Amino acid sequence: MISAMRLLAPWVAMAVLFAAAPHVFTSGSALTMMSVMGTMIIFALSYNVLLGQTGLLSFGHAVYYGLGGFVAIHMMNAVIHAKLGVPVVIIPLVGGLAGVGFGFLFGLVSTKKAGIVFSMISLGIGELVSSSSFILRTFFGGEEGITTNRSALAPLFGHKFGPQIEVYYLIAAWCFLSIVAMYALTRTPFGRMCNAVRDNPERVEFVGYSPRVLRMISFCFAAFFAGIAGGLTAINFEIMNSEQLAAEQSSLALFMAYIGGVSSFTGPIVGAVIVTFLQITLSDVSSVWQLYFGLMFIGVVLYAPDGVVGWVKLHQQAALRGQLWRLAPSYALVAPAFAAAGVGAIMLIELANRQFELVQSEGSAMRLFGVGLDAATAPPWIVAVLLFGAGAVAIRLLWPRIGDAWGAVNERLHSRDAA
Amino acid sequence: MLQLIIFSTLNGVLYGMLLFMMASGLTLIFSMMGVLNFAHASFYMVGAYFGFEISRRIGFWPGFFIAPIAVGAIGALVERYGLRRLHRLGHVSELLFTFGLAFVIEELVQIFWGKLPVDYRVPPSLDFVAFRLFDTTYPAYRMFMLLTAVAMFAALLAGLTRTRVGIIIQAALTHPDMVAMLGHDVPKIFMLVFGAGAGLAGLAGVIAGPALVTQPSMAASLGPILFVVIVVGGLGSLGGAFVASLLIGLVQTFAVAMNTSLAAIFGSAAPPFLGDLWQVTVAELAPIIPYVLLVLMLIVRPTGLMGTRET
Amino acid sequence: MTAALSMHDLHKSFGAMSIIRGVSLDIEDGERHAIIGPNGAGKSTLFHLTSGRIRPTSGEVHLHGERITGLSPFEINRRGLSRSFQITNIFPKLSVYENLRCATLWSLGHKYAFWRSIDRLRDVRERSQWLMEQIGLTGRRDVPAGVLTYAEQRALEIGVTIGGGADVIMLDEPTAGMNNSETEQAVALIRKVTEGKTLVMVEHDMSVVFNLADRISVLVYGRIIATDTPDRIRENAEVREAYLGQASHQ
Repeated sequence: MISAMRLLAPWVAMAVLFAAAPHVFTSGSALTMMSVMGTMIIFALSYNVLLGQTGLLSFGHAVYYGLGGFVAIHMMNAVIHAKLGVPVVIIPLVGGLAGVGFGFLFGLVSTKKAGIVFSMISLGIGELVSSSSFILRTFFGGEEGITTNRSALAPLFGHKFGPQIEVYYLIAAWCFLSIVAMYALTRTPFGRMCNAVRDNPERVEFVGYSPRVLRMISFCFAAFFAGIAGGLTAINFEIMNSEQLAAEQSSLALFMAYIGGVSSFTGPIVGAVIVTFLQITLSDVSSVWQLYFGLMFIGVVLYAPDGVVGWVKLHQQAALRGQLWRLAPSYALVAPAFAAAGVGAIMLIELANRQFELVQSEGSAMRLFGVGLDAATAPPWIVAVLLFGAGAVAIRLLWPRIGDAWGAVNERLHSRDAA
Repeated sequence: MLQLIIFSTLNGVLYGMLLFMMASGLTLIFSMMGVLNFAHASFYMVGAYFGFEISRRIGFWPGFFIAPIAVGAIGALVERYGLRRLHRLGHVSELLFTFGLAFVIEELVQIFWGKLPVDYRVPPSLDFVAFRLFDTTYPAYRMFMLLTAVAMFAALLAGLTRTRVGIIIQAALTHPDMVAMLGHDVPKIFMLVFGAGAGLAGLAGVIAGPALVTQPSMAASLGPILFVVIVVGGLGSLGGAFVASLLIGLVQTFAVAMNTSLAAIFGSAAPPFLGDLWQVTVAELAPIIPYVLLVLMLIVRPTGLMGTRET
Repeated sequence: MTAALSMHDLHKSFGAMSIIRGVSLDIEDGERHAIIGPNGAGKSTLFHLTSGRIRPTSGEVHLHGERITGLSPFEINRRGLSRSFQITNIFPKLSVYENLRCATLWSLGHKYAFWRSIDRLRDVRERSQWLMEQIGLTGRRDVPAGVLTYAEQRALEIGVTIGGGADVIMLDEPTAGMNNSETEQAVALIRKVTEGKTLVMVEHDMSVVFNLADRISVLVYGRIIATDTPDRIRENAEVREAYLGQASHQ
């Protein structure tokens, strides 16, 4: 009884979180952001079914997201036009079915081989579909895309899903169900063998499994959930255009999953939340927010390959054994160095942006961290360089202390293991 | 008609040569280091922009020599301080690093030079007509591009087959561990190859910039085609990359020149469901032809035209 | 009586290099058969040919009378043949328990089931537990396989090989790199887990071979020069000259 409750606790907590969030963050923009986060969580998780769980690096995942969304939006318009009694709540399923349909079709070609060949073919199909969207104007709507009106569908218990709060709950419900489904998938014989195929596709054959079939089924699942995310996007924005099939959208899936951490189930969820948050808030603050993204991604690849969740898990063992305090002093020393280097880097980027890109149109005066600066003068540049330089050097010098602290922690952890 | 064929062939070969300039570097890097360099087209772009900046301030010819070397140096630094750290984490991490790098380079280019195309001009010394056929002229600058590409191949071939470093590189292409055990500094060779590959891509950018448009999206539009070239040609095969580059260059150039469509051939009554496809011209389809080729090749013969390995 | 595994006139060339030059061998049901030979004789290649990893240039392989030449490794495995690898070939990121579990899934009929929770499958749990006990790694249940000691990994390799319940087991140098006591343990393990099964084994350690084998085949330069009981192989002059040499202890 107690273990069953323990098992269910995280899920209940998540459900409560999803339900209560709009009451904590009540502004309209927060609601919009959380709605987008919900769809992106499903998208990022679906991507990780391929990457983290089956070892397939795809550069064209947006195809299934976009096609799912387009089919969903056409279905919505068809339903509206024919006055069928289909409520908007099942439209995401239409997107999912479209996703899995195309996933099966393209999967037949894509999953023959793994590794680089798979990645290249995913890139090729992604570009193919993306370019085709400009040619097939009836289906993809050309430059303007396809629009719809979600509240014109049949109401569900009196709700027409016009207001954003209702759309949020629709998304939250589908998000919850998708997370449960994808998690359950990992706890099946199929899911476990996908992990095996990721680790050693050759040996999988010698225990009786066809790697090709495993990859194919995994691909279909990933496409299914991506299609659901696409359908939700179609409902949320009431418009679909070729941007959602583009390479940038596929890259976004990769960024979200990787920054969050591909080696754990929750990584992509965290990644989707962080990236969506940054995407929406940073784009208001800086016109070069995409650069920060790229740098963050490179940083994760170089220094934290298991992403945010991986980094947290690294400390989990230490925390559980009460050893975290050993790390505190060295972390406290290095943190200001990181802050200095970070602020310096941001200053350099923003100053450069102002001086080179925007100076023609908007002049060289700017505000950064609440301070007025003139990018055409020398002092801000000097400060930026000094901050960055000093920070970087300090990190270099102080890093060994972190290594030492971890050494002490690991010693304790392993000696307790032995004891 | 003959005029169309001649000019399309010339342009197709030129485009193919340009592709090969980049694909050769990419193949060398992949064969030796196992890294698929997503940022290769970005080096091409940086070369074009450097060429532009130098030609703006000093002149085209100084740019022609300095820009590729600068890009090569950047490539060497990227290998030394970025990729080298990731060797132990595996090829996927290396690929992702170059992916992020491509992204960052595109953003940086936009900061320094803006989002709009820049006016990178053909230098006056090359701005004349090479020859006239029927009633169309062919610019001398394009002949110059062709000459540069051919000169580059000759140099590459000579370098690989006749110099000591070249022979070591050839050996390291297939047996890097053995080469290391023979006492050669394999990391240094890697840095050299990566830098040289980047420099080649930069050179392609310097000469292509004035002919094609120099804009921040040039890397993103050329990048995927480069991958099509090396996969269709066969991963790891220089000869295959050469053949595939020419093939794609010619096919795309000819396609762009053809204004016919199914409607033009069969009449404008479109059968059901084919609607858009009926009206679309071959020229409009040109951008997707390389990808169709890629998918077909991967279905029929995953090792590519002349490849010996699949991963 | 149909042989468990029979090879008929197998040839394999890589380009101009002939590795296997006409091998015919019948391995009887329930037999323990060792294949020995100098380095480069083609022993591992023979394993690859029979387990489906590579295709023969010509010749046939039959498993329980059924033709398996040219089938893919998983098709052969499903018909009851399982092999181990000379260089440990397990799932490094999965734990010991999970490694063994992967080996059991197909033979227990679960195939690609994505609608069942694996934690609820009792047959999988019990068999994986049993396997773990057999190979003596119960104390290392949750350790990622990549972190195990060499001998532990070799034991896991055997566990994964027998996990599917195949009745023809092929072990490729199972005691390679082991010291005397590890070898003794490995031999005891092999004897225990291949009870009632057909065992084909490539080995260099003569004490293991003479200890376990019912019959021995000697492979030299891609051809079998002798197949016989251990005692008669010991006495065979051709074998001695080709392989055992002067320095062997009798």
